[in-house]
Parts: sequence; structure tokens; C-alpha cells
Amino acid sequence: MADTTTENLKRTPLHALHEELGAKLVPFAGYEMPVQYPMGVKDEHLWTRTEAGLFDVSHMGPCFLSLADGIGGGDDAHAEIAALVETLVPSDIAGLKEGQARLTVLLNEEGGILDDLIITRPIGEEAQGSLYIVVNGAVKDADWALFERSFEGKAVLTRADDRILFALQGPKAADVMSDFFPGCEELKFMRHMPFELNGSRCIVSRCGYTGEDGFEVLVSSEAGLPLVREMLTDDRVKPIGLGARDSLRLEAGLCLYGHDMDTSRDPVEADLAWVIQKKRRERGDFPGAERILKALTDGPAETRVGIRPLERAPAREGTAIEIDGEAVGIVTSGGFGPSVDHPVAMGYVRRDLAEPGTKIDLMVRGKARPAEVVSLPFVPHNYKR
Amino acid sequence: MTRYTQPTTFFTKDHEWVTVHNDLATVGITHYAENQLGDIVFVELPEVGVEFSTGDDMAVVESVKAASDVYAPISGKVVEVNPALADKPETVNESPRENGWFCVLEIKDGAEIASLMDEDAYKAFCEGL
Repeated sequence: MADTTTENLKRTPLHALHEELGAKLVPFAGYEMPVQYPMGVKDEHLWTRTEAGLFDVSHMGPCFLSLADGIGGGDDAHAEIAALVETLVPSDIAGLKEGQARLTVLLNEEGGILDDLIITRPIGEEAQGSLYIVVNGAVKDADWALFERSFEGKAVLTRADDRILFALQGPKAADVMSDFFPGCEELKFMRHMPFELNGSRCIVSRCGYTGEDGFEVLVSSEAGLPLVREMLTDDRVKPIGLGARDSLRLEAGLCLYGHDMDTSRDPVEADLAWVIQKKRRERGDFPGAERILKALTDGPAETRVGIRPLERAPAREGTAIEIDGEAVGIVTSGGFGPSVDHPVAMGYVRRDLAEPGTKIDLMVRGKARPAEVVSLPFVPHNYKR
Repeated sequence: MTRYTQPTTFFTKDHEWVTVHNDLATVGITHYAENQLGDIVFVELPEVGVEFSTGDDMAVVESVKAASDVYAPISGKVVEVNPALADKPETVNESPRENGWFCVLEIKDGAEIASLMDEDAYKAFCEGL
């Protein structure tokens, strides 16, 4: 994922602010991004679990997909745009309520995962026939090219990655957000509300990538920069870098695209079968349905599990998993969990070994280190249901 | 008869420090290195008795985010490792030059010390980074 050169890296509208805040900047998904601030990864992680952490995620791929013959027209228009999108994803998009969002996966013809993404149905009759979609930064160009190819003449893609997309995450996020966006504290997890901010439309969604309660906000760079600056003056809010974002999502058992899933994995083995609603399973009308439905019935060969190293040594991505010298799987994400205060990992093992409590060895620098399969997440989710 | 000398500390471009006292050298990483690595959560130390040549992988330091190799700054045999780092790896962040030492090497070739930087040279080296 990391680029080998620092040339030609893109910058988010918050880049100058990161420098002001003393961030350490690294290449990530084609952007120069803050990996940590002077507070440090561990304290940034712990702060987010107890207070509120502000993350610049403008490198990601927010976009709008709208019917080519115009939006508006209520449920019929929603059904029409949903039917288009459902040709690429296995989730029930038609069944979304206004203001509701859903995590789903973009599939190739073999049922492999091209990306994970969040699709939101807008609020209001005049907005129906459009969807707000956020894809991963590292693969956004490929995703968008696929959308344009697949929906040519039927739907129009509008990129929104020139704006600011930021997340405020943590138990105090709702209190802080309600000062700026009154009423947003009433939103439930995976619901959104539009707001006007200084004449600029912005989208506030109750979701995130930390396991904590929190919000993501899409806002123009003009309106967003003063907003983020003001939010950071609140004592409860600290800027948080990508380092802590990674350890937070890992403790929360959330997948990182390109690591814990990719085109070689289908949603069933990635333990994401829950994104395929009953209606879609019955219809079996999504890419790679044959493989995926078979995996649903027979069980996958391998499956994604949580892994708890029993010693202090973290096991990183790529670490081989063995039992009595036999290769049985691989670690796809691994590091240290500051909240649980021990190493944490995720990976794929043979299905018969996926039971929590199964003893495994992690081959760290040639040495077998004892570990155990555990259920995810490592820390309970704290979502507002 | 052993002649005792004052310990003197030298540095490598890889940000290790080497405190030489007679034929023994205590080795650790500098404040610059621990600060770059961030919060250290695990240190894998070598075993006593293992012999290293200069530049060999000697130890591994794991921060929340990544693992980094620490190279042997000089050739020598490990005669002691810091037992405190097993339970308190964060000692390296808190006290890199004192309590956070990694191991003690029996110096194999005293001439290698001459190629290391002294405190002033190392300070200038860091300022140039």
C-alpha cells in the first residue's frame, strides 16, 4: 500500500493543518497522510476509546451515483438506482430506508472482493435516485472506473474526494458533534442526516472504523477547514493519525481492504456473509453467486478469525500459522492492542480450526509462538443502536 | 592486572549507542531512534552466548505499528541481556540511554570502536537528518 516515492503524492485539504499540528506524514493510498501526531500512536488510540478522536479520512473515496435521467421521484427512483448497484454488490440496497446506510462489498465475477464500501440512501423525495457511496482510498480509481463502465448511460458518478471527509470517534463524539450539528446525536448507527453549514451542504453519518460510537462528515473544504479547526479547540477532541486508526479497527475486528480481504477472498470466508441479506441469497443475482452460495451452504475452506498471541511478541501481516509444524493459515493483520494491552491479530485458518480456543503457533522470525483463535472483536463495539 | 577506564559512549548511524568499559560494551538505541519508532511494545533480545558480527540482526523492536531490526553495532558475544525489557518494553522509550539498555557484548575487535561516532559527531549527524 505504501508508495515507494514521496513524489506525486496527493494532499488532503487538511494537509497544512496536519503539519501545523506536528504530524508525522507518510505516503498512504497515494496521499501524504498523518500516521501520528506528537501524542503518539498508543495515547491517540487510548484517547479515542475514552474521549473523542478526529481523523482526516479525505483520502477515501466519497462519491454520489445518480440516475442519468435525473433524480427525484421517490421510491421508484430509489428502486431503479438500487437495481443498478445490486448488479455489483450482494447486499439489499433496494431495501434501504431513507437515511439508512449499509456496509457491502464490491464483487468480481468470481465472487472475489474488489473493495468494501458503505452505501447510503439519501433523505427526501427529491433526492431519491441517488446514492451516497464511500469506497476505499487505495482502490477508488478502479472502483469508480467499474461504476462508470457498468452504469454507462444509466447513472452518473460524481466524485466528492476533493472535499473534506473526517471522522469523530469515541464516547464523547456525540456530545461534541451536537454542538456543531444539533440533532445529529439522535441518529442511530448507520443512519445519516444532511446539514447546511455556512451555505454548504454536508453529510453527517453515524458510523466509523474504530468500534466506538462516532460520526463521519463529508463537507466542502471551504466550510470544513474552519469546522475542523474549531472542533480541535474542544478539550475533548484530539487529532488521531493512521497508526491509531489501524490499531483501533484491529481491536474492533474490522477488516482492512487489501490485507484482511482482497480479490482472492469471497465474503463468506472473510466472515462477511452478514452483508448478504436473505433476499439476495434467495435471488442469487450477484457476481460470483455460484461460489458464494456454495460457500454459504458447504462452509468455506478457510475463514477469517481473531488471533490472540499468548506471549508479548506481536505477529504481523504475513506471519505463517502452523499446528505441529503443519501450515494451517496466515496472519493478515497484526499488531499491538493498546486498550487490551496485549498483541492482537486477524488471519485466515482452515475452517475446522476456526473454533475459539483452538491452539495455534505463529511463526514469528522462525520461532513458533503460542497463540489461540478467539472470537472478534477484541473490545466490545460501542455503537448507538 | 586489569586497568579500569572511564566508560565512553559511541554511536552508529543506525542510532545505536555503545558504552565501552574495558572489554565489554553495553548496547542500546538512542532517544532519536525510540522517538522515531514510537511506543515500543515488545523487544526481542538475543540469547546470551550468541556471537554477532557488525551489522548482523541483533534484536527486534516492535512498536504499536511496526517491527524494526536493530543491528549489532560492533562484533562480539552476548554476555548479558536486559531482563527488565521482557515485561516493560516501554522502558526503552522512557530511558533509552540508561534503564532501556539492550545487552552487553564482549568486544571482539577493539579497533571497530574507532569507526563509531562520538557524542558530538552523533549530535551533528542527527541535526543533519
